[in-house]
Amino acid sequence: MQPTSEAELADFIRSATGPLVVRGGGTRSVGACRGAVLETGGLSGVALYEPGALTLVAGAGTSLAEVEALLAAEGQRLPFEVPDMRGLLGRTGDSTLGGVVAANASGPRRVQVGACRDSLIGVRFVDGAGTVIKNGGRVMKNVTGYDLVKLMAGSWGTLGVLSEVSFKLLPVPEAGATLILPDLSDAQAVQAMAAALGSPFEVNGAAHWPGQGTFLRIEGFTASVAYRAAQLQRHLAAFGAVELEPGTARWAEIRDVVPFHARAGDVWRVAVKPSDAPELVARMGAEAVLYDWGGGLIWALTAPGSDLRARLGVLVGHATRIRGDGPGAFAPEPPGVAALTQGLRAKFDPRGILNSGLMGA
Amino acid sequence: MEMPVPDTMVLSAKARIVARLRTVLPADAVIDDVAETRAYECDALTAYRCPPLAAVLPRTTAEVSAVLRICHEESVPVVPRGSGTSLAGGALPTADCVILGVARMNGVIETDYDNRYIRVQSGRTNLSVTGAVESDGFFYAPDPSSQLACAIAGNIAMNSGGAHCLKYGVTTNNLLGVTLVQMDGTVLEIGGPYMDPVGLDLLGVICGSEGQLGVVTEATLRILPKPEGARPVLVGFDSNEVAGQCVSDIIKAGVLPVAIEFMDRPCIRACEAFAKAGYPDCEALLIIEVEGSPAEIDEQLALIKVIALRHNPVEFREAADEDQAKRIWLGRKSAFGAMGQINDYMCLDGTIPVSSLPYVLRRIGEMSKAVGLDVANVFHAGDGNMHPLILFDANKPGDLELCEALGADILRLCVEVGGCLTGEHGVGIEKRDLMGVQFAPDDLEAQLWVKDVFDPKWLLNPAKVFPLSVTASRRAA
Repeated sequence: MQPTSEAELADFIRSATGPLVVRGGGTRSVGACRGAVLETGGLSGVALYEPGALTLVAGAGTSLAEVEALLAAEGQRLPFEVPDMRGLLGRTGDSTLGGVVAANASGPRRVQVGACRDSLIGVRFVDGAGTVIKNGGRVMKNVTGYDLVKLMAGSWGTLGVLSEVSFKLLPVPEAGATLILPDLSDAQAVQAMAAALGSPFEVNGAAHWPGQGTFLRIEGFTASVAYRAAQLQRHLAAFGAVELEPGTARWAEIRDVVPFHARAGDVWRVAVKPSDAPELVARMGAEAVLYDWGGGLIWALTAPGSDLRARLGVLVGHATRIRGDGPGAFAPEPPGVAALTQGLRAKFDPRGILNSGLMGA
Repeated sequence: MEMPVPDTMVLSAKARIVARLRTVLPADAVIDDVAETRAYECDALTAYRCPPLAAVLPRTTAEVSAVLRICHEESVPVVPRGSGTSLAGGALPTADCVILGVARMNGVIETDYDNRYIRVQSGRTNLSVTGAVESDGFFYAPDPSSQLACAIAGNIAMNSGGAHCLKYGVTTNNLLGVTLVQMDGTVLEIGGPYMDPVGLDLLGVICGSEGQLGVVTEATLRILPKPEGARPVLVGFDSNEVAGQCVSDIIKAGVLPVAIEFMDRPCIRACEAFAKAGYPDCEALLIIEVEGSPAEIDEQLALIKVIALRHNPVEFREAADEDQAKRIWLGRKSAFGAMGQINDYMCLDGTIPVSSLPYVLRRIGEMSKAVGLDVANVFHAGDGNMHPLILFDANKPGDLELCEALGADILRLCVEVGGCLTGEHGVGIEKRDLMGVQFAPDDLEAQLWVKDVFDPKWLLNPAKVFPLSVTASRRAA
């Protein structure tokens, strides 16, 4: 099924007789569920782009690459630095905006500008009964009624199928630079990243790639980047040498988890309190790790079938298996929270047909 | 403003309900004396008042849980209250409700600079959150203009913004986790000091739900390192259109000021008369503030100057020192006080696409003239959040109604051009009946589902946000 309009999408869902697997570009889906595939690629097209208002509204099936090119031509971008998961997951195809929202996909810049959900200002979607629902809009500040926009971000198609999404945008900065601390232990690296992120020098990327170094990114006007780079070098002097690399090319590798691309095994994405990260990594028994978000995000490569959650034990945070077979890709929710999310799913998808069993069911 | 008919069963059971509340709270934390409950009869929307059945002032999450369990068993509506600064009537009581005030829960629980968060009890005031971390070089970013008084609980309920959200976002973008007490007394931890929720983003829908989904007793908030410095400039124009165009050009040029404030002529004149800040007498005035080191500020302001001068401003005023910077902000910061001095006023809060600014200002001018009530405009121009102030005379019969009708028309205009009814104040009772302008019945129904799941008996702040006719069957059930 590939609807080409919102009305058609609603018809398809209303008349569905069994489970549906919702699919954008299929480039970043996680876990598995069964049913007839409902592709959203036909719901494409930019409905509105106002550079002077930093606003974009587009069909959920619109290609991410197309949108990124359109914004780049005006010197703007989606703030949250969408990761390209194709290399990591062994997928091909075109990522869609709807898929990005459904996954709340957010890259290294999350430490400064927040996640996809923080830039998402409006949605239209079709619920599991085939009803069209809108929430939010095209303005940046909006507290009119409940914020279902946030609820839809990261719901992985389990509450409804997105038909249109609206974002606030940011200008692409004039310049960027990367600071590299080459030889830190994981624990030192997390401390250095905390010191950098706690400084007024507007660090918008903080990652640690064991064996390669600890990386900090700054972006802005040219003179400002030079000034902040120098200030940070001084601020972090206690951690040893701080090298300066012009540009930000390296951040695509971090964003897309390139170090794991050619390696077999399961891949986990673990959200934690940053200062807990080194100790958790020591417990993980992972074959490789990559720290992003100042330590708040750990990418871990483990032997196939490893139960990482069991090794971590009680955790302030949670682990999602991004690559690997079997059930349980998403972390189970605590009981009281699970009751609420099950209640919400029963309302939004009373027949339980949308990506059934994918999350917390 | 229509409110639900009080539940006579609850009214007649007052003595029993109060006695039960006294079993779980200290004596001074239950207020039922009619004279004393009057202190809770309204919030900052003072045109509407109603003393509650009783008010409780718990000190702990456990006390909140115990209170809610009793109210749940007795089917008593509960209206949560932060500091009572809502301009939308979000904390307006009904005669059969218990006001649950969180003001006594104002402590700091944990401060963690390495992970950049603070955990506070929800009754703590917005400004004192920053106060707790300021000396260590940090701040809490959302800065509603009531920040001296307003509580974090209310900020979360209304998803409050402020003048600086163009850069830092609103409450929802700075909230990491909450302790939420459900109406039946269940205590839940949602989110925490890590990024990304487990499963659905419940925190995202709790924030901005106007106290209808649960009572937030503790919050984990993101704190940020203070910028090295900040400096405003003032730019005056002889036309609203040109000022609006200037805002758009600045944004397009890649400068991201932390604040762009806009005042129109009626507002400039009133502020000038009140605060004597030395503003030029012109049609439109922008205050643009940027942050960074002195050199970075110079660089950004130089770029803004080039753009602004292209639009032939009547004045471009820079601040040579701290004192001049303060004077630039002085008029703007006293805008509401200035208005209050000369008149009663109603403050609206619609948001519009920035590109519609000139059209909307012109239409507001026409509508104001037709009705015969003056409207002064002051707003956050970078994000399109308008604050038209309608001036009226509360002592003149019919004036309030006239003012409310004009307000409703202005908000309809905001929706018509692609905006919304409220950008940062919330719906409360004030805009409840306009929800149908922005949302189709199915859009509202989906929001009601969320309330059904979190509060199946519809006891938490039940008469707010949605038109009473839409929620009647649920409230009666």
